[in-house]
Amino acid sequence: MTDGGTSQPRPALEMRNVTKRFPGVLANDDISLDVRPGEIHALLGENGAGKSTLMNILYGLISPDTGEILLDGKPVEIRDPHDAIRRGISMVHQHFMLVPVMSVADNILLGEEPMAGPIFIDREQAHRRIEELGKAFGWEIDPDDRVGSLSVGWQQRIEILKALYRNARILILDEPTAVLTPQETEEIFGVLRRLRSEGYAIVFISHKLYEVLAVADRITVIRRGKVVGTRIPSETDEDELAELMVGREVSLTVDRGESHPGEPVLAVEGLQVRDDRGREVVHGVDLEVRAGEILGIAGVAGNGQSELVEAVIGLRHTTGGRIMLKGRDVTGASPRELHALNVDFVPADRHRYGLVLSYPLTDNLVLTTYHEEPYSSGIRRNDEAIAEHARKAIEEYDVRTPSELVDAATLSGGNQQKLIVAREFSGDTELLVLDQPTRGLDVGSIEFIHKRTIAKRDQGTAIMLVSAELDEILELSDRIAVMYRGEIVKVLDARTASREEVGLLMATGGRQDSSPRQEPAA
Amino acid sequence: MIQRIRNVVTLPLLSILLALLIAALLMIVSSPLVRGRFDPLLPLVAYWALLQGAFGSFNGIVQTVVSATPLILAGLAVGVGFKAGLFNIGAQGQFLIGAVTAAAVGAFLADSSGLVAIPAALLAGLLAGAIWGFIPGALKAYTGAHEVVTTIMLNYIALQTVAYLVQGPLRATGASFARTPSVGNAELPILLGRNGHLGIMFAAIAVPIAWWLLYRTTVGFEVRTVGANPDAARYAGMRPRLVIMLTMAFCGMLAGIAGAGEILGITGYMPAGYSTNVGFDGITVALLGRANPIGILFAGLLLGAMRAGSGLMQIQAGVPVQMVDVLQGVILLFLTAEVVVRYIFRVRAAAGGVDELQTVTRSYGGSSGSGGGGA
Amino acid sequence: MEFIYDVPVIGILVQLVVYLVDILPVIGPTIMVLATPIALGALCGFMNERSGVVNIGIEGMMLTAAFVGWFVASIIHQAMPASPEGPLGITFPLAMGLLGAILAGMLVSALHAWLSISVRANQIISGTIINIAALGLTGYLNILLSSTQPPTAGSFDRWVPPSVITEIPIIGWIFKMFLQQGPIAMSVLIFVVALQVLLYRSRWGLRTRAVGEHPRAAETVGIDVIRLRYRNVILGGIFAGLAGGFLTLEATNGFQSGMTVGRGFIALAALIFGRWTPVGAFLAALLFAVSGAIGTAVRIAPPTGELAGLGDLLVPIPGQVFAALPYIVTIIVLAGVVGRSVPPAADGLPYERESTGA
Repeated sequence: MTDGGTSQPRPALEMRNVTKRFPGVLANDDISLDVRPGEIHALLGENGAGKSTLMNILYGLISPDTGEILLDGKPVEIRDPHDAIRRGISMVHQHFMLVPVMSVADNILLGEEPMAGPIFIDREQAHRRIEELGKAFGWEIDPDDRVGSLSVGWQQRIEILKALYRNARILILDEPTAVLTPQETEEIFGVLRRLRSEGYAIVFISHKLYEVLAVADRITVIRRGKVVGTRIPSETDEDELAELMVGREVSLTVDRGESHPGEPVLAVEGLQVRDDRGREVVHGVDLEVRAGEILGIAGVAGNGQSELVEAVIGLRHTTGGRIMLKGRDVTGASPRELHALNVDFVPADRHRYGLVLSYPLTDNLVLTTYHEEPYSSGIRRNDEAIAEHARKAIEEYDVRTPSELVDAATLSGGNQQKLIVAREFSGDTELLVLDQPTRGLDVGSIEFIHKRTIAKRDQGTAIMLVSAELDEILELSDRIAVMYRGEIVKVLDARTASREEVGLLMATGGRQDSSPRQEPAA
Repeated sequence: MIQRIRNVVTLPLLSILLALLIAALLMIVSSPLVRGRFDPLLPLVAYWALLQGAFGSFNGIVQTVVSATPLILAGLAVGVGFKAGLFNIGAQGQFLIGAVTAAAVGAFLADSSGLVAIPAALLAGLLAGAIWGFIPGALKAYTGAHEVVTTIMLNYIALQTVAYLVQGPLRATGASFARTPSVGNAELPILLGRNGHLGIMFAAIAVPIAWWLLYRTTVGFEVRTVGANPDAARYAGMRPRLVIMLTMAFCGMLAGIAGAGEILGITGYMPAGYSTNVGFDGITVALLGRANPIGILFAGLLLGAMRAGSGLMQIQAGVPVQMVDVLQGVILLFLTAEVVVRYIFRVRAAAGGVDELQTVTRSYGGSSGSGGGGA
Repeated sequence: MEFIYDVPVIGILVQLVVYLVDILPVIGPTIMVLATPIALGALCGFMNERSGVVNIGIEGMMLTAAFVGWFVASIIHQAMPASPEGPLGITFPLAMGLLGAILAGMLVSALHAWLSISVRANQIISGTIINIAALGLTGYLNILLSSTQPPTAGSFDRWVPPSVITEIPIIGWIFKMFLQQGPIAMSVLIFVVALQVLLYRSRWGLRTRAVGEHPRAAETVGIDVIRLRYRNVILGGIFAGLAGGFLTLEATNGFQSGMTVGRGFIALAALIFGRWTPVGAFLAALLFAVSGAIGTAVRIAPPTGELAGLGDLLVPIPGQVFAALPYIVTIIVLAGVVGRSVPPAADGLPYERESTGA
């Protein structure tokens, strides 16, 4: 027992010696964990440490190989989510488990429908309960709103209501703040504290150190599937937690040195871009990225960053404004033309955009250059040159793989991302566009990519970095542009910018308004 | 290498074997209807006759090759589509349009020299098929309309178009039934045996060309990349829309040649009720051949042999030629339900490599085509 | 009124309306006969696709059911040729035949469910295989049986609604259209309305929609995605069965090889055109049927007299154009020219339970 002597209430939930093995991985190795009513217990670990596996076991999505689960001291077997819900366990998942085309009410009552007769749903009763629940938190909720039209912050609230609607006593939140602004995060923490005071037992999963220190009563750290320590926030600090989490001393900040910005490489002037549905989501953006500097673009996901990036790399038509590369107008140039001008790009979703998972590493490494000498002549491929290039790149970028001929799908996430970095960072690069370059990676890979990014900057490459991780923006950028509702609301000097300042700009754009809807119904 | 080939070939072969067994059971069960009495030996008689018909004589072998020709071409028309992530159910329509166009041009040039008439009629069929394939390709690329549905619809539109043309403007005067005039000098010369017409060369040439394009060129790399991951292809600077349209046109072209070959090489005219199942057969061949041109060649020959031998099977064993359709269906069933085959034969899943078909698009309507931009 | 007829374009449209008003009362019942298998097939597709399983095997399911229905009815009829006849020509052999057709539809659907849900095969391939196998198997068996010439068990009769209803001015023909039908065609409207209401008002409907859109979300609130999909796909087989039974036990009294001639695919088109709702699909089926029926009507009773302008326009149009119209319309709709039709988000995606948590 790690607590200090006073008698504690019996744990609402206890997991004892849980072990789960997947082919080739020991995801959970003899993990024990408990949560008491009125307690927030944080589960801290890197991406891939086994946190989600543990919670999926608790929620009945995965069955453990060995170990047991106790609720109120009694051993139980949780066969499926239905079982978990019945026993008062609810989970807010890392990715929203909401059906965008359905209403708020339908989403909340799905699976626990109040019935009027054997067939039909009693909607009036459902609406009443949902409105009551919302009122308890001071939230004005219209049960008939389509969930897809709500902002992510509100969607997260709907997720929490969903759990409460099911009369949960034990609440699991899996990285609930990943897509939220610091202000929205703070609000969710307020909700959690209030639920704690009402006697809920809460498991809070995160890999962000300051978050667990801010909200948790106890912190359990897991690494590579094992519990490596349990701490109380008042008796620990970020450095100790980081070392526990990663298993070695880590410097929390990159040594990024001084930047020496040169000539402007990319100049975006009055750029207007529409999204897939034809709505303008970038409204006249002006930006400049100079050689040898990193411009960070901060913003809550969905404020036009992806469309801006896609426009810059030629994947999306622009409807107004200009894009200049070293003084040359490249508005409307194709990705291939831009690539020929040494514009390289690391996309946000490596599985969807960055790699062809069913291709060997060789083909993935020439995905953007296969049509160039020496990889082909005419339309004929030159497999020998392609393989040779792959062997070199794998060596240089430390991609851990048995051979260059295995499929990209067999690599770990970190190595897959290194593969993309190897492809995009090698050779001459005038402009490097990085979109969420380290999302979902382990600390080692993040450090590797951050170092390479700084090195690239120091070679004189202009770098545009888009990230939802505010920490990453703060760590790497020389200047920070904050994007809000399709506009750059402010450009800050990274040396003087504070977390709070950037966070506030991200949340409100520096203005005083916050409606639950993402945008006015157009 | 050998291991890889074995991985790829095992399942299709086992599926064929199982299908032959199931069909044998069906024959035994239905033997009272065929022979008037219960006859457990019927399958042996039938399969022996099938083999005899397909390979028992020189003309039998030629017939096998002739029957296999449109199947191989249609198989490629489906299989190359698979590689680009497209499910071309429209080989049927592309075949019919190619056939009727070749018939029309052939009839028009019936009295010219064969040196003019044959290439012209072939080219016409090829182009018509390519256009019929291009339409769903363009619809997919620019509107996101899923090719599975549009090609099915275009099959029926092709059917009605042929019916209209052959009963109307193209109808031969004086013929006892609705058909186009004979193609005369546009008829393909016989190279082998009784009916081994020039068309068999098309399949023989198309297979290596398709293979080379797919696996040894940058064009094929683009096609396969668009099939495996269209988003990544777009990010890598390829043009999925163009690739989709050209691939569909290429597939339509192959089916169109098949149609032209059948008319110019076999019937010599297009009858109104021209009945063919080449679209479904092409799907069977492509799936059995694992979407690989070499595999498609063998799958096509196998099915061609069944078609060629089925006549003798009906005569000698009394088993209707439709038995081949049953066989085809059951082979496909086992190919798809490969878990069953694995279970029965205790074959373990091959490590990677054979799941080309996983890349075929799974749904229709879908995510607004290939996205917003695409300069 | 006639003075409008000469106005360009509008005049022709007005003539078309007048012509339709003229002939609809006559061809109403025919339209419903044409629409019935399409609508039922679309309902089969609806049950599949709303829960996230693509079904392009409707054609094969209908064909199998048509064969089995006819075969069962015929065999029972052979055994008991003089069974008493109930209302609407319902006899024991016919009823058993229909039951057989429904079971056959469910059985083939169960195969599709297994392939798409458990084997997680490509659902489009699964559907295609069902089409190929059904065509082959029924064709083979039909040839075998034709030598023995099994007697037909007849078919269901059409009801003759009392003239009090059918002669109500203006709307009487609508009653005639839906009521002057056999039992299967008459049931279509009931199914359509019931499914539409259930989809949006019942627990089953809510869960089905959720599973078709976001199965993982459904599972996390305790819904058994796999079971729901199995159930819906197999229940959908009932409608394919009814459609098949309609072809051999109500619309005709015998089986012919490949007799569905693409109705399963038009059903799919109707489902898409109707935006994956029962009522929408039914209206689309009616529209497709109207286009087919007009093709015939123009030949038999061409617009003449004051409507000669329209007649001059319609009569030269080859019948094949009317026959091809549903397919052309479907392509146009799919291409988004007339409003987009968006399928359920998870349509066609096999569902896999959480297996590699990281």
